[in-house]
Amino acid sequence: MIPAAFDYVAPSTVREALAVLRSSAGDARLLAGGQSLIPMMRMRLVNPGLVVDLSRVADLAYVREHDGGIAIGAMTTYRTIETSLLVRERFPLLTEVASQVADLQVRNRGTIGGALAHADPSADLPALMVAADARILTRGGGRGRSIPATRFFVDAFTTALRETEIITRIVVPAPPARTGGSYQKLANRASHFAIVGVAALVTLDAAGVCSRVRIGVTGAGPAASRAQAAESYLAGRAPTEAALEAAAARAGDGIDFTDDLHGSAAYREHLTQRLAFRALSAAVERAG
Amino acid sequence: MAHAVRLTVNGTTHAHEVEPRLLLVHFLRDVLGLTGTHVGCDTSQCGACTVLVDGAAVKSCTSFAVQADGADIRTIEGLATGEALHPIQQAFWEKHGLQCGFCTPGMVMTLVQVLERNPDPTEAEVRSGIAGNLCRCTGYENIVEAARHAAAAMRAARA
Ligand SMILES: Cc1cc2nc3c(=O)[nH]c(=O)nc-3n(C[C@H](O)[C@H](O)[C@H](O)COP(=O)(O)OP(=O)(O)OC[C@H]3O[C@@H](n4cnc5c(N)ncnc54)[C@H](O)[C@@H]3O)c2cc1C
Ligand code: FES
Ligand code: FES
Repeated sequence: MIPAAFDYVAPSTVREALAVLRSSAGDARLLAGGQSLIPMMRMRLVNPGLVVDLSRVADLAYVREHDGGIAIGAMTTYRTIETSLLVRERFPLLTEVASQVADLQVRNRGTIGGALAHADPSADLPALMVAADARILTRGGGRGRSIPATRFFVDAFTTALRETEIITRIVVPAPPARTGGSYQKLANRASHFAIVGVAALVTLDAAGVCSRVRIGVTGAGPAASRAQAAESYLAGRAPTEAALEAAAARAGDGIDFTDDLHGSAAYREHLTQRLAFRALSAAVERAG
Repeated sequence: MAHAVRLTVNGTTHAHEVEPRLLLVHFLRDVLGLTGTHVGCDTSQCGACTVLVDGAAVKSCTSFAVQADGADIRTIEGLATGEALHPIQQAFWEKHGLQCGFCTPGMVMTLVQVLERNPDPTEAEVRSGIAGNLCRCTGYENIVEAARHAAAAMRAARA
């Protein structure tokens, strides 16, 4: 299908892009890798009068060291993240998640900024972003903001972003020593989107007790969220199978489960618990 | 409003005025007449439209022609050298990697990238490499076999 007609600009700075957004009175859309926006425009689910292509903006695509963790430019592709040695060294779980997204062609184009701004309820990265205490840095509307991922995903396809705001960078802090991580998803066979996906990060102390537990869930409900009941159950306990099971049983607490053609609400609840168990078990093993 | 674009396709430079909403696949097929690149779906899922843009395999139905201003594009028409098929095309021929052939241009272009990144992929690596390409005929077995056969031929040619 053919999108409705629109005008196109490709600014070379963030400042210029912001000026265009401000003067277009809500009729403009940013274009990053286009892997969500173009399909939506072809379906005519969104019909912007102006498309602002960020691909010619200098210095938005990078992976850099940042306070022991990493900073990733908004226009960095899945492919770059997947193959970055710095990411693999500092945050191997991000390598793992990025390599499970979509397919080779979509990963060549799709960007981290676009994926987070799009906030598809079944997208993979949001689960990890909330689990990893990532922050989403933006510009626009006065001072820039640094939004914690846990407050960024508001609802299906809805984020804390304002219309005239641009994501410029994502900061992922380094996990504490002796942290293991795992991402487990049941993927839709055609699109590879998560029917449910669970990211877990577990830190063990010298005695082998779980000192810090972070669990992010995607696909289950309208927006990615932390499984706080499960986290606080497991923190302070030894990671026995019984403890991991009991924590996983709480992984769906507070989620308003989605019921659609990919799975009933009851099925998603079951998946959330099983995938949480697998993710926690693998994370503990890797923290070892 | 039309935008001027200048891009290279299979070694030839083209300059055109395009409407921003023109998809790259329609530019290739309808403006340049390169109909080897196919359109198999409306949902960005089948990969029949895959071409290389600056060396990266992309779905040309999920890209606007204006975005490709200045780019170097390679399509299925640009693979053979005269009468000599590209090793991947030759392997599809020899291993029966196609039935109706609709998915083939996209499969071949994706595999160009897969084998460039990994000259000796396992069966699982080939399958994950073509996860974004759907085939309704073959059941994939012979496509995977063709890919590994091509990989071996390309390694031998380089040795
Ligand atoms: C066939 C297919 C399969 C897929 N499978 C998966 C999957 O398995 N898992 C998964 O997680 N995702 C999947 N996706 C979605 C994919 O991850 C998209 O690439 C991603 O959601 C969007 O990133 P993009 O760079 O392409 O953004 P675009 O499509 O360009 O933009 C998406 C939205 O974000 C906005 N935006 C973009 N950049 C910024 C910015 N810097 N600041 C503010 N707003 C911005 C745009 O205006 C637009 O509204 C799939 C997509 C396709 C086509
Ligand atoms: S036509 Fe491009 S993915 Fe199907
Ligand atoms: S050979 Fe017919 S679709 Fe693949």
